[in-house]
Amino acid sequence: MTEQQENLIPVFIMGKQYMVPAGLTIMKAMEYAGYKLVRGAGCRGGFCGACATVYRIQGDPKLYFGLACQTVVQPNMYLAQLPFFPARRATYNTTQLEPTPTTLFGLYPELLRCLGCGTCTKACPQQIDVRAYMAAGMRGDIARMADLSFDCIMCGLCAARCPAEEAQYNIAILARRLYGRYLAPRSKHLEDRLEEIRNGKFDAEIQALKNMSVDELKARYRARDIEPGD
Amino acid sequence: MSGYPPEMQESIRLVEATRPRRLKETFPTMTLEEREAILKAYHPDYKDETFRAIRVGVSKGQRMPLELADIVEGRPHIGPDFDLSDPIAETDVLVIGGGGAGVSAALLAQENGAKVILVTKLRLGDANTMMAQGGIQAADRPNDSPAIHYLDVIGGGHFTNIPELVEALVTDAPFVIQWLEELGMMFDKEPDGTMVEAHGGGTSRRRMHSARDYTGAEIMRVLRDEARNREPDITVIEFSPAIELVLDDKRQIAGAVVMNLETGAKGYIKAKAVILATGGGGRLHYQGFPTTNHYGATADGVVLAYRVGAPLGYLESMQYHPTGAAFPEQILGLLVTEKVRGLGAQVVNKYGDQFVYPLEPRDVESAAFIRECARGNGVVTPTGQPGVWLDSPMIDIIHGPGTIQRALPAMVRQFARFGIDITKEPMLVYPTLHYQNGGVRLKADGSTEIPGLYIAGEVSAGVHGHNRLMGNSLLEILVFGRRSGRSAALWAHQARPGTPTLAHLEKWNRELEEMGVDTEVVSPILLPDYTRHQ
Repeated sequence: MTEQQENLIPVFIMGKQYMVPAGLTIMKAMEYAGYKLVRGAGCRGGFCGACATVYRIQGDPKLYFGLACQTVVQPNMYLAQLPFFPARRATYNTTQLEPTPTTLFGLYPELLRCLGCGTCTKACPQQIDVRAYMAAGMRGDIARMADLSFDCIMCGLCAARCPAEEAQYNIAILARRLYGRYLAPRSKHLEDRLEEIRNGKFDAEIQALKNMSVDELKARYRARDIEPGD
Repeated sequence: MSGYPPEMQESIRLVEATRPRRLKETFPTMTLEEREAILKAYHPDYKDETFRAIRVGVSKGQRMPLELADIVEGRPHIGPDFDLSDPIAETDVLVIGGGGAGVSAALLAQENGAKVILVTKLRLGDANTMMAQGGIQAADRPNDSPAIHYLDVIGGGHFTNIPELVEALVTDAPFVIQWLEELGMMFDKEPDGTMVEAHGGGTSRRRMHSARDYTGAEIMRVLRDEARNREPDITVIEFSPAIELVLDDKRQIAGAVVMNLETGAKGYIKAKAVILATGGGGRLHYQGFPTTNHYGATADGVVLAYRVGAPLGYLESMQYHPTGAAFPEQILGLLVTEKVRGLGAQVVNKYGDQFVYPLEPRDVESAAFIRECARGNGVVTPTGQPGVWLDSPMIDIIHGPGTIQRALPAMVRQFARFGIDITKEPMLVYPTLHYQNGGVRLKADGSTEIPGLYIAGEVSAGVHGHNRLMGNSLLEILVFGRRSGRSAALWAHQARPGTPTLAHLEKWNRELEEMGVDTEVVSPILLPDYTRHQ
């Protein structure tokens, strides 16, 4: 512990200074400082977008963005969390949409107001080229928008920074759902299997397994043939 | 510049040196007898001194981890005299939990004509579902079948699974995949539509469907988006965990008392049916293990259901995921998806030698890692954390350059943040607390012993026996989320509610006293406390 204490650095959480061990993530540093988090902590693994954080380093005018659970503290970091952003989302029934540009523009007319400034891309903690997927959206290229936006964790930092007041991540999920439902090629083997299950093809075999003794099951399990990896 | 310190880099040189040889090697799998022996000797479930029997309730005598037993035997947040006369809301179906199980249950309850309120502790979608990377199992290829899937599941679970639950799991699986596609989920596919499917630990067929390594995140954000489209039939209340279930004078479920996590205000939500989908308890850090789990994973559902008399099961077994990050310290315990091994990465010790088949069932694989480190063949980090190497660069050698970036973007990103390029350097891993195999006893239709109380997902017990295979938890939450949603709506339509009461708390408090349980613990605990106490 003493070794760590020699390594304390100053950080400013919402303007107030705390000394925290170097090497901690922002989230763990806040907890070290005494914050019991309610807002602004989720999966703690970089997947949920609950802990979007804006920070600046003393003397540097530039704003930086990151996830509190994934970003390591630096000396003289001024940080604020952005766990909620009041972005607009459209309401729709996916079963009654068409996978067309008109659908995107109809539900999100503001998409066409995008200035292409790229502030969103700079803010993205996932390093997604948000500007590029917005550009794809403006061209009505749903497949491209879906692909480029795929790693989005919907933290809201892009929307928070957007001068055109876009909610990029909400438009992107509409594009992905349109792609997944209407544009992705269907799986014939899946449809065939559903038909077989509906026709009861496996019922007898599963009933037999359910009624087997543990010893019989063990014998069957040992005798499985394992499909090669590729 | 490598993010690894020099002494770890030395070991990496050895891993690189053995790689060409290992590319042609397959380490033999263990026999069932060898599996049993290594589990008994090295798996954390067999450390008797870290378990105890609970002293109260319908499953009195059941063994569970000490940390869990303490909160199961805890005191309620409210007294039996809490005022139920003026509910803050009323609904047909109340869903508790906003992960994949809860949201799929809400969707199916709504489709079956019920008005739904969903309460959740943090935000909608803040759950372990969001973090599941590797995939979801479903036997939908021609050389596979639900029966083969059944055998894999029950063998992986050491033949202790409930047969009816396994049947439901494997038979519904292909329908769940279709349902997700119709909701607009983007699966990994070949250009002709064939699903890209991989192996997982303990599978005899390739049946792991994926969406890059954001499989759970993709499922969760699609389900969440769909739930929001169905407002106000589905009303979502965030930052409002349930702190007690409410029964009526006929011992049927009658709703729950929830607490606003920000204001502390408590209120009764009256409901004809309740679906408990609160997930697991990794944040209790059994035996001091780090965890892959979400911040809110504190086993609330086990506590809530048990107080109203629902029996528990299988809680003597927890799942430790073999590949938790062991370095760097900042991401200790973070999940490194099993898909890394599914794609061909081997596991090696500090000398660069294999010591276990990479895709044994998770408990066996974990035990093998613990044994290797106990034998002194692990790598020890500067903070003293032991680990073994997961040789990720093999994936690009086997499948071609760019595969890792394409198939595992989340993993690449996670490690790149700390200066480690997993396309060129291996990852150091050690078992991490991952999944609660047991919980509240479940029936195939999603129901429990309490009329009107349904459950789904990690809070439930019996589907996986004593060990779950990869890709069966994303499947489970949707199979039983959908089943419980449908069942709860049907129940609500014909329910004859009595008078709500908290009489069970009087009984609970009396039992604690009679058994001499003198505890300060108030449960459910809702969130772990990581603040530093000076």
